[in-house]
Amino acid sequence: MTGGTTGGAGTPVPQPEEVLGPRSGELVSGSEHAGPGGRGPEIVEVRRGMFGVHGSGDTSGYGGLVQPVALPGAATRPYGGWFDEAVDVLAEVLAAAGVAFDDAVERVVVDPQADPQGDGPNPHAELTLHVAREHLVAVCRALRDDQDLRFELSLGVSGVHYPQDAGRELHAVYHLTSVTHGRRLRLEVAVPDADPHLPSTTSLYPTNDWHERETWDFFGIVFDGHPGLARIEMPDDWPGHPQRKDYPLGGIPVEYKGATVPPPDTRRSYA
Amino acid sequence: MSSATYSATRPPTDDEFDPGIPGFEASGGDWDEIAREAVGEERIVVNMGPQHPSTHGVLRLMLEIDGETVTEARCGIGYLHTGIEKNMEFRTWTQGTTFCTRMDYLAPFFQETAYCLATEKLLGVTDDVPERASIIRVLMMELNRVASHLVCLGTGGNEMGATTVMTIGFTAREEILRLFEAVTGLRMNHAYVRPGGVAQDVPEGFEDQVRAALPKIRQYLGQLGDLMLANPIFKARLTDVGVLNLAGCMALGVTGPVLRSTGLPYDVRKAFPYSGYETYDFDVPTDTAADCYSRVVLRLEECYQSLRIVEQCLRRLEETAGAPVMVADRKIAWPAQLAVGADGQGNSLDHIRHIMGESMEALIHHFKLVTEGFRVPAGQVWQTVEHPRGELGVHAVSDGGTKPYRAHFRDPSFNNLQAVSIMCEGGQVADVVVAVASLDPVLGGVDR
Repeated sequence: MTGGTTGGAGTPVPQPEEVLGPRSGELVSGSEHAGPGGRGPEIVEVRRGMFGVHGSGDTSGYGGLVQPVALPGAATRPYGGWFDEAVDVLAEVLAAAGVAFDDAVERVVVDPQADPQGDGPNPHAELTLHVAREHLVAVCRALRDDQDLRFELSLGVSGVHYPQDAGRELHAVYHLTSVTHGRRLRLEVAVPDADPHLPSTTSLYPTNDWHERETWDFFGIVFDGHPGLARIEMPDDWPGHPQRKDYPLGGIPVEYKGATVPPPDTRRSYA
Repeated sequence: MSSATYSATRPPTDDEFDPGIPGFEASGGDWDEIAREAVGEERIVVNMGPQHPSTHGVLRLMLEIDGETVTEARCGIGYLHTGIEKNMEFRTWTQGTTFCTRMDYLAPFFQETAYCLATEKLLGVTDDVPERASIIRVLMMELNRVASHLVCLGTGGNEMGATTVMTIGFTAREEILRLFEAVTGLRMNHAYVRPGGVAQDVPEGFEDQVRAALPKIRQYLGQLGDLMLANPIFKARLTDVGVLNLAGCMALGVTGPVLRSTGLPYDVRKAFPYSGYETYDFDVPTDTAADCYSRVVLRLEECYQSLRIVEQCLRRLEETAGAPVMVADRKIAWPAQLAVGADGQGNSLDHIRHIMGESMEALIHHFKLVTEGFRVPAGQVWQTVEHPRGELGVHAVSDGGTKPYRAHFRDPSFNNLQAVSIMCEGGQVADVVVAVASLDPVLGGVDR
């Protein structure tokens, strides 16, 4: 997300009523639909201008462009396919364990939900459960152990950094597969940058050991209860977490046949 | 080190070590001298790698050994970390294939295809990818699977002293690399699979070229089988070594031939088909011994299954001759065309003539798409493919721009190396090499 500046502190963030994508026209005020726990699309950034050029005269006509970047919002029932059944079973199992479903799962996202060809469920839809961090382990245990869910294979953890998503800057994404039922889903947990703590899932999925170390190494998310949360790819004494958006890519200008090619992160950007 | 007399070992210099436990640090030197100075201490910590011929690249193993028995084994990785995922966030979606192909350099087509399938899913064009493009992808992936397994078997044999296994494996791989070179112009780092299809159609006469190579590859595979499968020394070295049962595999997320050697026929090509794998006729070989020997057998067996798929691909290629290999949507399809000229592969002169001499709009379109790239709707996807080493996952996130917001690769080698501890502890030092070879880690993919 190198293109365009974003609203700093004090800049009102426009919130669209019906955001279908980053280029959906009209903007309205009011933020009741967005933010943590909201049902609407998750606005992770508001982009201004174009081409990543600022401080110079606007000759492109794009300088006044304002584009909210919205990730898909909560899905509506029916989710389609096996998603409804799995979510219902998960709610039951969580209730039996004394956890209210709405407390544990902040929102259920099915993307893409609509089938472009007809009214049926989209064959390429993927299920994402946004989980509150304090209930992450309970949700994982329910998904792994219940015979109707049986997500017994974890395919790791990956992090995503949304620096403009206030209070939810760091996301950890868990990819689970059920070999028994031939299903897969995704858990997403958001934590604030100021308090980047998550419970470790290594007690349930030992394979997440290295994946959590990698996410700590690259994003600075602390997995509490991990048996040895050390850096894994970078050297032990490395400063910073390289996959974060505020960490520079680095690079030097390269001269080629008399011309100079700037490093990739300083080139014109179109996003 | 004030002492003038030579010593093979030296005491630890830091105060952080418990003085009650005698410690010695040796770096190189003669083993007899080290052993003489450390006499009475059976427990030795040996650092193996990262520069060691039998660690498949720059893998560092830290082994605590008691006599000849490994009591603890730990991996150190990161020596080949190049920040490919970070770099991909600064290039267009199409340029991403050029980066991810370099991750696991022995299986480049798998990263390319997984990444392109993920991109297509984000774009919503999964069903619009032409059939011929999918056939070519499957063909390249299956040839690549054979090439990758041949390196695994060859280097694995070499590490046990069977040099002939290595030379035959690499000779056979050479036949496949020639096919890759004919299609992509390169032996590795192809960047041939692109979002929406493939960079260009296979050259004329390619089907015959593959048909000519297949008997040779089969012959080499037969020789490898003859050398390894009934060899009593080979079997004695591999049988019941590096055992990892089904529960261990599931807990540690180990997939691929190691998982199938426990008897579970989990193969992404069957479980979550992509690129039309559900329409091909092939078997998923399994075994129940869960040891290094059964993994060798499975890899050989998988090579034959891959060749079966290759033959089906060739028939389909002939049926779809002349069909497009890139999505019809010109807002996504790469505008440039390649052609084979007198001096090798390069830009198609017809295309250059068109954009430079005939159509201003075509030139603008070409320029915009190549420099700026296409926009991908905001969202995230997860796409996996069956890699020679297990399940390769791509987590791609888009913010609606022309570059990936995040592209994470769940490399099977990275994950499977976690199993080194459980496979090696309690075994012999010499078996560490065998166990690591049976996981077949490629450090380019591990470190990315």
